[in-house]
Amino acid sequence: MSTEVMEACKKEQENQKLQVTQNTEAEHTRAGKVFVPRADIYETQEQLLILADMPGVKEEGVDITLEQNILTIYGKVEQPQIEGYTLAYSEYGVGDFRRVFALSNEIDRDGIQATIKNGVLKLVLPKSKRAMPKKIAVSVE
Amino acid sequence: MLLPRLIGNDFFGSLKDMQRVQEQLNRLFYEDGKSAEFPPVNVWTSPEGAIVRTEIPGIDPEKIDITIVNETLTLRGSRVEESTKDCHSCHRKERGFGQFVRSLQLPFIVDSDKVKATFKDGVLEIELPRAEADKPRRISVVSE
Repeated sequence: MSTEVMEACKKEQENQKLQVTQNTEAEHTRAGKVFVPRADIYETQEQLLILADMPGVKEEGVDITLEQNILTIYGKVEQPQIEGYTLAYSEYGVGDFRRVFALSNEIDRDGIQATIKNGVLKLVLPKSKRAMPKKIAVSVE
Repeated sequence: MLLPRLIGNDFFGSLKDMQRVQEQLNRLFYEDGKSAEFPPVNVWTSPEGAIVRTEIPGIDPEKIDITIVNETLTLRGSRVEESTKDCHSCHRKERGFGQFVRSLQLPFIVDSDKVKATFKDGVLEIELPRAEADKPRRISVVSE
């Protein structure tokens, strides 16, 4: 394969939504496709910040659960029904979003904040006091 | 035996059925048609016009530039990265940023005065009505 073709393939993969493959996890109870949202994860001293692209997800359609250290984000997407129109050309699939993260740091559960704006979910996960780095002052005897 | 059955009363009914099957087959092949272009689009059509939907999460709707010339629709914009200056480490970076330009050619001339665009939850929807002059017209034959 020429490098050009390979580059094109790579680009194609990058721009495509990744669908959750079946049989890897629990069965879904809702019909339809489920996609893995693209995400950025940042860490600061006090918190973890997760940004996930979930276009079409409304505020009330987001479901976030944290069990032990497994964080699951789920976003419900309504299928567009346009009266009198038929889908003539399609480049992307429409479906729910789901992604599971395993968190390494202990998270302060009560302090989790989630906001969604323009289809981007922003999750702020503050680290619990125990997990935060502690500075120990050295005193001179 | 087959011909009379086809030409029978139900001929147009079965044509319609065939059309429906064909549409469904087309859907099967074209759905999620791979495209390297950003943003990916879904196009809905009707005799009255078309609706283009595209997913551009995290963009300021005011920063999307939509232009229409005859039958060509062009989307321009840029996705700006959120500033994360105080973050001392980045574990994952999958979301793309930067400028994009995408042009689509529609099968009809658009009435550019009546185009409506809405942006909601990261999904842009553009309603493109077909120009009145471009719509198919029925011509009645006058017998002399």
